Amino acid sequence: MNSISDFMTNNHRECDNLFAVAEESVGNGKWPKAQTEFDAFRGEMERHLGMEEEVFFPAFDAKTGMQGGPTHVMRLEHDQMRKLIAEMANTVAAKDADGYLGAAETLMVLMQQHNMKEEQMLYRMMDQTFGSEAGTMIERAHAPTN
Amino acid sequence: MQQDGLDFKQAPPITVPFRFFLTAPLFGVLAALAMLWYGPDLFVSRWSPATLAVVHLLTLGSMTMVMAGAMTQMLPVLAGAPVARPRTVAAIVHSTLVMGTLMMAGGFLFAQPLLLKTALWLLGSGLSIFLAATLSIITRTRNPTPTVFAVGLSAAALAVTLVLGLTLLASRAWGFALPSAALRDLHPAWALMGWTGLLVAGVAYQVVPMFQITPHYPHWLTRAFAGVIFAVLALLSLAQWQAQGAGQPSWEWLALVCIFVLAAAYILLAGVTIDLQRKRRRRLPDVTVEFWRYGMACLGLSALLLVSQTVAPLRFAQSDLLLGVLVIVGAAMSFISGMLCKIVPFLAWFHLQSKAGVGKSVPNVRAMLPEKLQRLQLRSHLAALAACVGAALAPSLFAYPAALLFGAASVSVLWNMMSVAKVYRRLAAA
Repeated sequence: MNSISDFMTNNHRECDNLFAVAEESVGNGKWPKAQTEFDAFRGEMERHLGMEEEVFFPAFDAKTGMQGGPTHVMRLEHDQMRKLIAEMANTVAAKDADGYLGAAETLMVLMQQHNMKEEQMLYRMMDQTFGSEAGTMIERAHAPTN
Repeated sequence: MQQDGLDFKQAPPITVPFRFFLTAPLFGVLAALAMLWYGPDLFVSRWSPATLAVVHLLTLGSMTMVMAGAMTQMLPVLAGAPVARPRTVAAIVHSTLVMGTLMMAGGFLFAQPLLLKTALWLLGSGLSIFLAATLSIITRTRNPTPTVFAVGLSAAALAVTLVLGLTLLASRAWGFALPSAALRDLHPAWALMGWTGLLVAGVAYQVVPMFQITPHYPHWLTRAFAGVIFAVLALLSLAQWQAQGAGQPSWEWLALVCIFVLAAAYILLAGVTIDLQRKRRRRLPDVTVEFWRYGMACLGLSALLLVSQTVAPLRFAQSDLLLGVLVIVGAAMSFISGMLCKIVPFLAWFHLQSKAGVGKSVPNVRAMLPEKLQRLQLRSHLAALAACVGAALAPSLFAYPAALLFGAASVSVLWNMMSVAKVYRRLAAA
């Protein structure tokens, strides 16, 4: 995989899958399992958002000279997502299934329309902008957690 | 570079989609009242004026209303460009659609050519503005995804539907003969298999895998579907037009083949969608998924019924009416009702959230529209569908229960949408 599109799109799907298993455990009242699965989901989400905010977005803004462009809106939506994930963290700790499922459903729709914009526009623009540097960028994004 | 013209702050003001979404169930209530007034007569022939009135209250007042509203919301996300002047376009399209549909239904019901003539101008101008706004965005999209492509062809099919419909309406209003009797079948064909079906397909490619975490639709399907449907509809139009003259067996054969291809394609879409939903990773019960599953089942049945109409021994008197019920109430209105359950609370949350800023908490989508109410919406819809199928087969027995249950289902949608709107109003003012 050497395109940002492929790499980040696959990571979206990993986050989706982690989201789904945690939600199912909450729905079925399997609390200890739900807590572990939610933690895994939250960890992967933070890693993903971090890669974008610390590596891809600043590099893209620098290269294109755009300020307050698409990455700005993406960052705002990341903050909205983090608020919902924090709400999910509180509700899973309190074993509040209704609260968790409501926040999770809200996050799901927000996250999917966000992903759609990234996958269909922003990542493609990044691949065009970075060209052959995309591979090194992906390695750099990977680095902090390895 | 593609950056120019890319606007990520795209969401139109909430009043833009909401005015369409909140109006649609009102037309469902109106249709139910007309069903109650005319009773079994409504299910005798698709050409009776009262039937035409009720069908258009549903297809224009309810379906096209939501579809147009959804497109103003969806296009910015899909194509990366907002509708220009969203408030003005929405105000014009919405008001002409409301007035035009009411006048058209009134014109049919009270046999008033003047109302039909006014409806013709209102619907013609309003929907043309909608098409111009939509197509100008879609044609500017570089690298269109299969969804954008399908939505574009859906809009093009609406243009064809509109031209055919205006011709039919003009012939009724001014009393001139139609250029070809084929128009009467082609108008609903383009409306349901083109405008509605292609929009559903385009939305399904995105929404089914996204919200339920299913595998993606196969690439060959998403690449080919919309183009094939559109081309075959065009071919069908040519064949049916030519077949109107006597002794044209080869054109009749071509029309037959077209119908088989269209039916097969929609059966395939329905089958693949049900199969993808079966493989979804989000396993918890979800009202929208169920709405879509019933909708797809009705879509498949409709396609089979359409094919059965080409085989003489399988034809029966009420077949056309049953087909209309299955497609409109069973398929299209199920998809729409299911989408409203998901989208309306989310939009309210999204706009409140951006208003509230950091620190303030906004009720989540389930707090705004509890699952219990969504389930009531689903159950009342299914009851209405069952009664309408009954009414199509045995009008004298089921016409009145169908009217009452359809009214109840529309009130349920209206209630749910209004309760979300009320929460939004209260919190937006706070």
